[in-house]
Amino acid sequence: MDRYTEQRLFGLLARGAAALVVAVMVLVISVTIYRGGRVFLMDPTIVITPPGSRYMLEGDGGFLHAVLGSIFIVGPATIISAVLAVSTAIYLQSDYSSERFSDTVNMFLNVLWGTPPIVYGVFVLTVIIAIGARTSMFFGIVAIAIFQYPIMTRYTDEALRSAPDSVKEATYGLGATRFETALMTARAALPGVIAGIVMGFARGIGDAATVLFTAGRSTNMPAGPFDGATTLPVLIFDQAMSFNAEVRSHAYAASFILIIAVLGLILVSKLLAGRYARYAPGGRHS
Amino acid sequence: MTTNTALTTKDLSVTYVGDREVEALKGVSIDFSANQLSAIIGPSGCGKSTLLKSLNRLHEIQPNVEISGDVHLGDQSVYNTDEPVPKLRKRIGYVPQTPTALPLSIYENVAYGVKLHGEYDSKNELDALVESYLQKVNLWDEVEDRLETPGAELSTGQIQRLCLARSLAVEPDVLLCDEVTSALDPISAESVEETLVDLKEEYTIIMVTHSMEQAQRIADDVVFLYLGEVIEENDVQTFFQNPEKERTKKFIDGDTIVEYDESDDDSPSEAVPAER
Amino acid sequence: MGGSTDSGSQNRLGRRLLTERVSGYWLQGAGYFAIVLFALIVLALLYQSLPLLSEYSLVQMLTSSNWDPAQNQFGFLPAIVGTVYVTALTMIMGTPIAILAAIYIAEYAEGRTKTLVSSFIDVLAAIPSVIFGLVALIVVVPFVGDYLAPAVGSSATGLGIFTVSLVMAIVVTPFMISLSVESLEALPDELRESSLGVGATKWETIRIVLLRAAGPGIFSAVLLGFGRVFGATIVPAMLIGGQTHLPSSPFATGQTLPTLIVNDFGELMSLPLTQSALIFVGLMLIVVVWLFNFSAMILRQRLQQRWQF
Repeated sequence: MDRYTEQRLFGLLARGAAALVVAVMVLVISVTIYRGGRVFLMDPTIVITPPGSRYMLEGDGGFLHAVLGSIFIVGPATIISAVLAVSTAIYLQSDYSSERFSDTVNMFLNVLWGTPPIVYGVFVLTVIIAIGARTSMFFGIVAIAIFQYPIMTRYTDEALRSAPDSVKEATYGLGATRFETALMTARAALPGVIAGIVMGFARGIGDAATVLFTAGRSTNMPAGPFDGATTLPVLIFDQAMSFNAEVRSHAYAASFILIIAVLGLILVSKLLAGRYARYAPGGRHS
Repeated sequence: MTTNTALTTKDLSVTYVGDREVEALKGVSIDFSANQLSAIIGPSGCGKSTLLKSLNRLHEIQPNVEISGDVHLGDQSVYNTDEPVPKLRKRIGYVPQTPTALPLSIYENVAYGVKLHGEYDSKNELDALVESYLQKVNLWDEVEDRLETPGAELSTGQIQRLCLARSLAVEPDVLLCDEVTSALDPISAESVEETLVDLKEEYTIIMVTHSMEQAQRIADDVVFLYLGEVIEENDVQTFFQNPEKERTKKFIDGDTIVEYDESDDDSPSEAVPAER
Repeated sequence: MGGSTDSGSQNRLGRRLLTERVSGYWLQGAGYFAIVLFALIVLALLYQSLPLLSEYSLVQMLTSSNWDPAQNQFGFLPAIVGTVYVTALTMIMGTPIAILAAIYIAEYAEGRTKTLVSSFIDVLAAIPSVIFGLVALIVVVPFVGDYLAPAVGSSATGLGIFTVSLVMAIVVTPFMISLSVESLEALPDELRESSLGVGATKWETIRIVLLRAAGPGIFSAVLLGFGRVFGATIVPAMLIGGQTHLPSSPFATGQTLPTLIVNDFGELMSLPLTQSALIFVGLMLIVVVWLFNFSAMILRQRLQQRWQF
């Protein structure tokens, strides 16, 4: 094979690979939207109807419990995780940390980022066992917050690093303290910071493995923070393997809601991120 | 001119058609003489790099470029041809502004092009080739005992000479050099300049430079490019001592600031195509 | 300046300095959080694994294929083999496609196509895996069960190692692609110009120069993809069939380490040793991830050294 044939061949292969990936993705999204959308549009009230007493067996009622569970678990988790992540990211900037320290922390953040979500679930479960508690919404929040923390920290750190140095210099020049300067830098990098938080939110709302053993697989409406709860991904996971067609169809409807929520959030994040959409060497993103 | 012509451009125009249209070259016709060192000078953003890259179609790696006119290498057309572009580029080599070692060993850097074109019969021949080209750019003595180390571990000046060796190893007819000394310290720059002067015995060299002193020191011919047009093309003596055009004179006298004022803000810049 | 304003500004300065000090402690705490969290996770998992580890020999558990918690038999081999099987198959299917697609986006695509394809793939990297699992149940499982497996002379329901690998390949490729594209695009144009300038073709430039120069980044991308497959829980749990035995063929059902936890948790949590065994699986996962990250870091540095430009 001569050089030019080889060049054409691999050009085609690269094109083909990209087309394949895009095609598969279009398939996944359209199947979800088509099948889920059909179930959802036939009876949109299932989203706001509480589950019946035999919901997981016969699909009576709706899955409001999982919708609310997702909101009540991922919402607070995102807030807690965002506060922690932004603080960590500020501390990793050169004003507070030596390069060596921030390298070390980054190494741990990398490991945490690569840690399978189920490990966080099991970790929180060991805590639950140790203090003799039961699975509940509260522990779901803790597990999701831990899961989101490395993701958000990465993004925030990245955004802060790309804030112009002149902001820092100008603020110090006015006699600001380190903390005041840090706040100003965070403000300058706000779109990137918010993009990171929204991305963390999107990842949190889609994860099932962390919630499975921490908030439980409750089929009742959430009653309080120390009561069992469930989220949409866990619900879909449980419903998907049901033998009842009605229950399975609810899984598609729930996927429809979930994919719309996640795509919407990511779109918001991308729009906000704009020029902050680049990541540091060794950094990763979803 | 006494020597024969190696490379000719005929009414060469290059337009960047990105978000806004920028005419980088407006109908440039130049004859570059064989075995001479031709320098292209002009204020920054006048299209020097564009001209150089369009001589071997390297600008094509950027999207949104439109070109008209033609370039001839001897009898061979560069644009209206069925010959694969790589074959053309083998005959018209290019050395970029930033000293760039390929992610290969010193040896493999020099052997890179030779291996691609398969122009050797045995390992010994290749070894000999690599040695001779490293000799030619005066690098052999410095790297002789560490040919297997990554090329990037050399100093910038050494890397630039490595780049020269890499380009020469495929035996081009013409060598295009884009401000090859601008990223170097004065001492390395001097040694690269000396190498270039030695090389013009065997090759046609076309170099872009922003330094008039450098053009005066080493060039035989000078092309003055201004806002995408050739203002004057002359041998180095005439160009600097007795220029034909008023604008050349102004430029030589260091009147570049006036030149900028005359130009509108949309003057084409070498950085116009979005960086990849 | 009057004395009162003086003391006023003095007060304000005091307050500001107090804020600075208090916030300093808080931020420092947050700065150490990642390290503390990691240590806590490892210690908690280790502590809860102790009952199992003190009872049985580690080597014996890792090499035994007999998993029957009700009879106090804890052989992790089937799940380990299943995990290795799934991960290997996934990477074999996913990596070449991911790298080729990344090359297309970074080196071939232009203008609007490029923006469109690359942002599309970026977005897809964040779609919840449970959705992939669900779609796979409708599309991939029947396909594998009715066509693919019989075609290679294997009878299967469609649930199994191969199905999981195929779906996981779909889940991780967008992720590997967007990271690889980033490292390719970060390369200076001079590399391309230098290589093309001596008469290399575009493909030769990509294969010999660009893939090396971006090698450390692509290597990381692949390893991160690997980590995701290795610890994937939801997709395998939905599609692997959940039977703890040594898989006999790619179409056989099986178990991975994470699915072992999911499938055996509910009913067996009441048995303390089983509980300990499943938590030990979590410990294995994090230790492997840690070892992996560590060796990846070292290898990456080596590659960077070797393929610098």
